[in-house]
Amino acid sequence: MEGKINTSAPIEYQSEQSKLNILGFWVFLAAEIILFATLFSVFGVLKDRTAGGPAGSEIFEIKDVIIQTLLLLTSSFTAGIVIFEMRRGNRRGLIIWLVITLLFGLGFLSMEINEFMHYYHEGATMQTSAFLSSLFVLLGTHGAHVTLGTGWAILIIIQLLTKGINPTTAGKMHIWSLYWHFLDVIWIFIFTFVYLAGVL
Amino acid sequence: MDIKWDQLLVSGDPLILGSQIAIVLTMVGVVAALSYFKKWKWLWNGWLTSVDHKRIGIMYIIMGVLMFFRGGVDGLMMKAQTAVPENTFLDAQHYNEVFTTHGVIMILFMAMPMLIGIMNIVIPLQIGARDVAFPQLNLLSFWLTFAGAMLFNVSFVIGGSPDAGWTSYFPLAGKEFTPGVGNNYYMIALQIAGIGTLMTGINFIVTILKMRTKGMTLMRMPMFTWTSLITSLIIVIAFPIFTVTLLLGMMDRLYGTHFFTVSGGGLDMLWSNLFWLWGHPEVYIVILPAFGIYSEIIATFTKKRLFGYGSMVISIVLISALSMLVWVHHFYTMGVGPAVNTVFSITTMMISIPTGVKMFNWLFTMRKGRIEFTAPMMWALAFIPTFLIGGVTGVMLAMAAADFQYHNTLFLVAHFHYTLIPGVVYAVFAALYYWWPKVFGFKLSEKIGKWHFWLFNIGFNLTFFPMFFLGLQGAVRRSYTYSEESGFQPLFLLSGVGALILAAGFAALCYNIYWSIRHAERTTANDPWGNARTLEWATATPVPHYNFATLPEVDSLDAYWEMKKNNKGFTLDKNQIKPIHMPGNSGLPAIMGGIFLVFGFFLVFEWHLLAAIVGIGIIAGLIMRSFESNDGYHVPVDEIVKHERTWRGESKWKAK
Amino acid sequence: MSNQEKGFPISHIVGFLLSITFTVVALLVALKTDLPKTTIMFVIGGLAVLQAGLQLIMFMHLNEGKDNYSKIIHTVYAIFMAVVIVIGSIWVVTAGHSIH
Repeated sequence: MEGKINTSAPIEYQSEQSKLNILGFWVFLAAEIILFATLFSVFGVLKDRTAGGPAGSEIFEIKDVIIQTLLLLTSSFTAGIVIFEMRRGNRRGLIIWLVITLLFGLGFLSMEINEFMHYYHEGATMQTSAFLSSLFVLLGTHGAHVTLGTGWAILIIIQLLTKGINPTTAGKMHIWSLYWHFLDVIWIFIFTFVYLAGVL
Repeated sequence: MDIKWDQLLVSGDPLILGSQIAIVLTMVGVVAALSYFKKWKWLWNGWLTSVDHKRIGIMYIIMGVLMFFRGGVDGLMMKAQTAVPENTFLDAQHYNEVFTTHGVIMILFMAMPMLIGIMNIVIPLQIGARDVAFPQLNLLSFWLTFAGAMLFNVSFVIGGSPDAGWTSYFPLAGKEFTPGVGNNYYMIALQIAGIGTLMTGINFIVTILKMRTKGMTLMRMPMFTWTSLITSLIIVIAFPIFTVTLLLGMMDRLYGTHFFTVSGGGLDMLWSNLFWLWGHPEVYIVILPAFGIYSEIIATFTKKRLFGYGSMVISIVLISALSMLVWVHHFYTMGVGPAVNTVFSITTMMISIPTGVKMFNWLFTMRKGRIEFTAPMMWALAFIPTFLIGGVTGVMLAMAAADFQYHNTLFLVAHFHYTLIPGVVYAVFAALYYWWPKVFGFKLSEKIGKWHFWLFNIGFNLTFFPMFFLGLQGAVRRSYTYSEESGFQPLFLLSGVGALILAAGFAALCYNIYWSIRHAERTTANDPWGNARTLEWATATPVPHYNFATLPEVDSLDAYWEMKKNNKGFTLDKNQIKPIHMPGNSGLPAIMGGIFLVFGFFLVFEWHLLAAIVGIGIIAGLIMRSFESNDGYHVPVDEIVKHERTWRGESKWKAK
Repeated sequence: MSNQEKGFPISHIVGFLLSITFTVVALLVALKTDLPKTTIMFVIGGLAVLQAGLQLIMFMHLNEGKDNYSKIIHTVYAIFMAVVIVIGSIWVVTAGHSIH
């Protein structure tokens, strides 16, 4: 916290507070792992309890899900490039790649909203059955995280534009990228254990 | 959105009407006193917005004491109701509300804040740091815990209290069976407080891992720091489960989902499963710091190094892992089948192994030690036999087959009070007596402390020991009354008398605090007990806001004991003192706490439009935090020199 | 400030291509083969775990920096507990007669 600067490490590790923040965020991610694990366990318990409502195989549109997956995977890759550009000290490149990442994220979100609308028109709402309750809450929590991540990135872009790349903004950017990659990891498990397992 | 004004205030019960009047009068009184003495600025700048870990700790403890009072009154009301058969002091509904709020408040708003408060005060000092890793987050944690507690507490005068037990089992806690707002309070107030606790856990993990002073390796950390680290680890793993559980419970109640409902394919047992996945580790969250407190106190007052430090560390790590693997023993009787019950019986009994190791370590520490019977040590000594009773009855309950007999009886209630009261409350008392002089610069009276000790101990055993026998005779828990023919009356009455003595013990503590503030002898000696072993005793009393003038260096366990033994590290060289950077105050956490309180309140009453408007405030707060650049301030050398010179005296001062 | 990353982000591209490959293989196994359902679940589950590991190490740099051991131990512990929660919960609430 004394503001010591160590120029040999990557820029986001150069201030003491940023180092603490990054470790703190990893600890927070552990909490997020548990949060999603709990939601997965609830889904695992309730997935066959359709109570006369539609089952997953009847409503899932696997083509859309594949596109969503590709969007999110690609955005995770471009988020990696964001950090790559940041460590090169290239602010312009950083912001361009970050905007690209967010566009992929927004694409994902709009498809998810469409998916929910589609379910709604099929008569599959959160209140229909235990299966659908758990599906909506699992997908909704992930979607809310992506939304939050998007808003957060916009705040960081503003700070990058006004303050440039320094250990503080770089630390924030690094933490944001961890969050974004983590959401991709969660999506992989949703893709596998909700959608693919659902249509088997 | 339709507001049912007539249902807003709970009415019709003279007890509650009395409370409503008392609350309003107290609030008016506090506001008037603060205005009359012109203390608003002092309160806001010195306390409510202070990021000083010691002040945050004190605020946690004040909150814990207040909640102890509230939860204690609930307990006394239950004891008054059951003292005689077929009593009409409380009706069934009111009794349900009282045992629910008693449980929630004692665990989440008394035990947790007390222990987190003590952690806040002690941990940075023990590891030789000047603050926690995230000071502002620390303050936010406090305010969220406080907001959750306040939201939970207004329930009994506005809208009605939760009434489904502190475990809030579905389907009873679902809208179908409890349509009022009471259980909404449970879901939302605990959620807000839980977020605060989770952030505390993260904060202390990073603080302990990253901010230890030079030379303090993990295996040189004081035992209280170790137990706090492991507690924080369990918090980070267990609380997200609770977050989800409460979220799903809220969804069921507010938005008609079917997670735990009887209809729509919901599964009520899923609630029990999730609740105890959090709930069991929660027990260890409150008990591990207590183990650390006893370790410090026993080592100090026997003047010996803690016996078996390494085995102590291994056993707390084992306890933390096992704590996550035993949750089913809370619902053996729910029909989970013999295979599941067997596995969880075995894991539950395994917990007694590391716990036994710790018991023997404390006993061996005292062996051949010169024991000094001070107030903190007496609580530590009383802890061992009483906790043993709790532990042994716990092993009885761990056996699934036998549990079918004990389940839901007062035997269980007696068991967990015999673990939680010696395990947490005694530890909190011990810690208060032990660290009080460090924080305030005077000791609590030993004489009144003895009254406190004996009244509380006799009262506690008298209250809860009869309940073992009542339970074995078949008295069920959570039952608001019993018939005369049952023959329970004498033991229930005895238990009721015990509760009064227990309450007198608590009153003695309050009187002790009052008396000591007015009359106790002031001290500025850094080590008022004379035998302290850890770093918090190496700096001034009361601790200056910058904690240490220069950060101490450590090359062994019991760093301060070694300093005294080698007479090293007491002299301070003026030239070594540099301006100290400290984090600046922040008003945002208090404001966020207020916003969360209002947001939660609107959500409880399902006024979604109002809640959404206030929700914007939460987002605005997060945005403000993102742009805030609070660089803190520097303590000037002159101020440090002046202060250090005063308490050290000229002999330990090198002016050069 | 010196340039700390030079040239071409080769590891990111390799990671990206691998993640796409894992996803496509999972899709093909799940939708285009006639293997027994349990086998398919194990294969696609395994691919998901591989993919998660890939993201953790290649994109999130789990093992980077001075605190790598703290991060790794804490994350592995959380993953272990996540498995306990998922498998344990499903086992506990479906093993007894509550399910009938």
